[in-house]
Amino acid sequence: MKKFTKAFSVFMASALLATSLVGCGDAQGTGATETAEGAAQEEGSAAGATFKIGAIGPLTGGAAAYGNAVCNAAELAVAEINAAGGINGYQVEYSKEDDELNAEKSVNAYNTLKDWGMQILVGSTTSACSIAVSEYTKADNMFQLTPSGSAEDCVKYDNVFRVCFSDPNQGIASAQYISDHNLATKVGIIYDSSDVYSNGIYQKFVQESEGKNYEVVSAEAFTQDNNTDFSVQLQKAKDAGADLVFLPIYYKDASLILTQANTMGYAPTFFGVDGLDGILSVENFDTALAEGVMLLTPFAADATDDLTVNFVKNYKEKYGDTPNQFAADAYDAVFIIKQALESKNATPDMSTSDLCEALKSAMTEIEASGLTSTKMTWDANGEPNKEPKAVVIKDGVYVSAN
Amino acid sequence: MSFLTYLINGLSLGSIYAIIALGYTMVYGIAKMLNFAHGDFIMVGCYIIFSVSAALSGNPIIGILIAIVLCTLLGITTEFVAYRPLRGAASPLAVLITAIGVSYLLENVALLIFGADIKSFTSVVKWEGITLFDGQLKIQGVTIVTIVVSIVILIVLQLFINKTKQGQAMLAASEDKGAAALMGINVNRTIMLTFAIGSALAAIAGALLCSAYPSLSPYTGAMPGIKAFVAAVLGGIGSIPGAMIGGLVLGIVEILSKTYISSQLSDAIVFGILVIVLLVKPTGILGKKIQEKV
Amino acid sequence: MSKTKRDNLITYGIVILAFIIFQVLSATGNLSSHMKGLLVPMTYYAVIAVALNLCVGILGELSIGHCGFMCIGAFTSAFFSKVTEEVLPTAPRFIIAFIIGIAFAALFGFLIGIPVLRLKGDYLAIVTLAFGEIIKNVINAFYVGVDSHGLHFSMKNAMELNMEEDGQVIINGAMGITGTPHDSNFAIGIAVLLISLFVVLNLINSRDGRAIMAVRDNYIAAEASGINVTRYKMMAFTISAAIAGAAGVLFSHNITTLTASSQYFGYNASIMILVYVVLGGIGNIRGSVIAACILYLLPELLRGLNTYRMLIYSIVLIVMMIVNWSPKVIEWRKRTFGNLLKKSGKEMA
Repeated sequence: MKKFTKAFSVFMASALLATSLVGCGDAQGTGATETAEGAAQEEGSAAGATFKIGAIGPLTGGAAAYGNAVCNAAELAVAEINAAGGINGYQVEYSKEDDELNAEKSVNAYNTLKDWGMQILVGSTTSACSIAVSEYTKADNMFQLTPSGSAEDCVKYDNVFRVCFSDPNQGIASAQYISDHNLATKVGIIYDSSDVYSNGIYQKFVQESEGKNYEVVSAEAFTQDNNTDFSVQLQKAKDAGADLVFLPIYYKDASLILTQANTMGYAPTFFGVDGLDGILSVENFDTALAEGVMLLTPFAADATDDLTVNFVKNYKEKYGDTPNQFAADAYDAVFIIKQALESKNATPDMSTSDLCEALKSAMTEIEASGLTSTKMTWDANGEPNKEPKAVVIKDGVYVSAN
Repeated sequence: MSFLTYLINGLSLGSIYAIIALGYTMVYGIAKMLNFAHGDFIMVGCYIIFSVSAALSGNPIIGILIAIVLCTLLGITTEFVAYRPLRGAASPLAVLITAIGVSYLLENVALLIFGADIKSFTSVVKWEGITLFDGQLKIQGVTIVTIVVSIVILIVLQLFINKTKQGQAMLAASEDKGAAALMGINVNRTIMLTFAIGSALAAIAGALLCSAYPSLSPYTGAMPGIKAFVAAVLGGIGSIPGAMIGGLVLGIVEILSKTYISSQLSDAIVFGILVIVLLVKPTGILGKKIQEKV
Repeated sequence: MSKTKRDNLITYGIVILAFIIFQVLSATGNLSSHMKGLLVPMTYYAVIAVALNLCVGILGELSIGHCGFMCIGAFTSAFFSKVTEEVLPTAPRFIIAFIIGIAFAALFGFLIGIPVLRLKGDYLAIVTLAFGEIIKNVINAFYVGVDSHGLHFSMKNAMELNMEEDGQVIINGAMGITGTPHDSNFAIGIAVLLISLFVVLNLINSRDGRAIMAVRDNYIAAEASGINVTRYKMMAFTISAAIAGAAGVLFSHNITTLTASSQYFGYNASIMILVYVVLGGIGNIRGSVIAACILYLLPELLRGLNTYRMLIYSIVLIVMMIVNWSPKVIEWRKRTFGNLLKKSGKEMA
C-alpha cells in the first residue's frame, strides 16, 4: 500500500516537474524568438519591432481593486497609443502580472515580465512591492515608472520615477491646506496602521501640524485585520470634540467610516487624500453620506475636461467600472513614457539599459500634461512636481474647493 | 454614557460573531472539522442578497430567503463533493486543507463574477433604532435586530438539538460516530443536515454583518470568519451556548480594548485574552473536559 | 547501511542533485529569470515546511502560527544587518544575522511553547494562531530608531522616538524595515536547507527523536515509561521554531522590504505552509521539501492563465487532497494501479 502511494506521489511530482520544465522551455522559447527579433532589428527593418511595456499590481486578493485599476488603465493607454500609430512609429506590446500585494511575488512578476521581454516597467502598484522591485530594476538598469508607489523609498534609485505624490508630500499639503483655509480648530485622525501609505501620510501630517492653527486631538488606528468596526475611532474623535476628521486612507475603508459616522449622528468635516478618490463610484454607495467631504486629489473622475471625459468613457466601456486615481496615474504613466521616448527618438531595438538612460534624462526635461495634472515635471530624484487639487463633494459630485 | 455606547457597540459586534460562531461550532461539534470556508459562505450569502435586491429592488426578505436556500445548497454540495470523500482519512488535517481549498475557490469565483471593488450593501434592517437619555445614547435598529436574532437562533438550536430526533442523532454522532451508526443513525445524513444548518446560519450572519458594516468584497467573510472561530474556541468549541458567550465576549473585548488600551494593538489584545482564557480553562469557557483514555 | 540511513542519504541527494541541475541550467543560460528568482523562495519555504513537519508530523501538535517564528527571525536578523551594514563585511555579518535570527526565534519558540504545549489538539492549534497574529500585530506597532544616543523604542509612532536629526528609523511600524542588504542566494538557501534536514533527520533517528514520537503516539504510555513529556515537547517545538527563524533570515535578506503584513506572516501564510506539509505527507520530511517546491511553483507556472490562476490553483489543491487522502480513492488506486504495478513487476522479472 505504502509503495503505491509512493509510486503515485512520485508520478504526481514528476508530472508537475515536467510541467515546470515545459514552463522553462516556453520561457526560453520566447527568449529565443526575442533575440531573433533583435537580430532582425539590427538589420534595420522597423517592421515587427515593438516596445514592450509591462505592469505589475495585485490582481487578486484584498487589494485587487487597486491593481486592476492600474493594469486596466495602462492597457487602455497602450491600446489608444497603438490605435494612433504607436510611439515613434512603433507599436507597443503590453503585459500585466499579478503580485497579490506581496513583495516577493512582485519580484516574481517582474522576472516573468523580463522573460517576456519587457523593456519598461509601469509598476508596481503598491509601495512595498515597488520598493522590492526597484532593487531588481536598478540591477538590470531598467526604467521603472510607478504610477502609485507613494512611499519615500520607492524612488530612491535613479532609474525609478513616480506619477503620484509622495506620502510625506500629501501629509504636508493636507496640513497646509487645513491651516490655510481655517478648516478646523480640533482635528481627529483615523488611519490604517498596517498600511505603508496611510502611515506615511499620518506621520508627516502630525509632524507638520505642530505650530499650526489647529490641534490634533485624537489619532486612532485600525488594521487590515480589523477594519469592519470603526465606532470606537469615531466615538473617540467625537468625544475629543474634533470638528474635522482627517482620513489618510483608501476609499474602501472610508466608505464604511462615513456610513458609521452617519448612523451614530456624528458630522464633522471629513478631509481625505488621493486614496479617497473612488468613493463616489462604490457600487450602491449612498453619495449623500459623502456630502461635504474634502479631498486633495490629482484626479476626479467627473472633471469636465475632454481628456478626463474621454478616459472615463472609454474605461467604463471596456471594464465596466468608473476609474479611480490609481487608473488615472497608470494611464498618465504610459503617456509620460510615450512622451519621454519621443523626446529622445528612442526605438525598440535599443537595449533595455540604453532605453533606461535615455528615459532617465528625458524625464527631467519633459513637461507632461495628463489626467492627474496639466503640468508635471520631474527632478532627477524621481519626484513629480505637480499641484494637488482640493475638491469637495457637493450633491454627489466633485467640485473644486478653491 | 460613552462607556455604555462602547458596550452596546461591543454587543452588536459580538452578536454577529456569535451567529457566525454558532455555525462554526455546529459543524465542528458534529463533523469534527474546522470548516475554514465558513467565512466565505457568509460572503456568498451577502452577494446573493445584494444581487437579488438589485434585481428586484424590493423587500430584502426575499433576498435573505433566497440566500438561505442557496447557501444551504452550497453547504450541502461542498460537504458532499469536497469533505465527505475525506471522512475517515488517515489524518484529520486532510479535510482542513480541503476546506482551505474551498475557501480560495469561493473567494476567486466571487472575484471573477463580482470584481474586486467593494460594493456598498443596503441594510436589510430599515428601522432607525431607539434613542435614550435625551439623545445621549443611540441604539441602532440593526444592533437590536442582531442581538434578538442571535438569541432566537440560540434558543431554536438548543430546542432542536435537545428535543427533536434529528437533534438527538446529531448529539449521538458528535459523541461517537461508530456507535451512532450501530444505533441505526445515518451518520452521513446527519452530517449533511449539520452543514445545511451551518450554511443557513452563515447566510443570516451575512445579512446582519453587511447590514451593520455595509461593505462587501470577495474577502468580506474571511476575517470575521476567523474571529468567529476564535470566539467559538473561546466559548468551548462544540458547545452552542459557548459559541454565543464566546462571540459576545470577543466583541466586547475588541471594542473596549480599542477604546481604553490601544487601537493599534487591539488584535493582539483580543488574541492575548484567548490565550489567557485557554490557559486557565484549556477547553474554553463552557467546553467539556475531555478525559483521555489510555 | 540501514534503511533509514539510506533514506536520509536519498533526501540529501535529491536536494544536492536539484542544486546541481539548477546551477548547470543557470550557468548554461537555460534558466529564465523568472525561474531564477523562484529558487531562493523555494529554499526558504522548503526550510519552513521541514520545521513545521517536525512540529506537526513528528511532535504531533498542529501549529497554525509558524510564520510568526519566521517573522521573528526575519525582523531580528534584518534589524542587525541593517544596523551593521556599514560596519561589518558581508560574510561574517550574514553569519551573525543567522545566529541572531535563529536564537530569537528559538527563544520565542521556547517562551510560547511553555503555555501552548499544555493544551491539546485544536485548542493548541488556535493558540499558535493567536501567537502568530500577536507577533504580527505587535511588530506592526513597533518603532525602533538609532541615533548618536543609542536605540530608541516606541509602541505608538515614529514621532515619539524623539531622535536627533541624524537619527535613522530602523523599524518603522507597518512600513517595516527597508533596505536590508540582499545577501541570500540559492547556494546559501540550499546550505540552510541541508543543515535543517540534517538536524531534523538526525533528531528523528536519535534517542530523543524516538522519545518525541513516543509522546506523539501515546503520551500517557510515554510518561509511564519514564519519558519527560514536557521536556521532549519543548525540545521539538523550540527546534522547530529555530528552523523557522532560519527561513525568516533567508526571507528578509532576499527581498529588501520587510513588512509584518498578513501576506507573509499571517495565519493564511502559516496555513499555506501547513498545506505543503500535509500534501508532502505528515511526518515525511522529504515529502515536505518536494511539496513545498512544487506548490510554490504551481501558482507561478500558472501565471499564463491570468485571472483564472488562483481559481485553478484552488481546484488543483482540492483535487490533490482528495486523490492523495480519500480512503476510497486510495483503495481504488490500490486496486487498479496495484495490479498494473504487480504485472509490470512480473514482466520485468
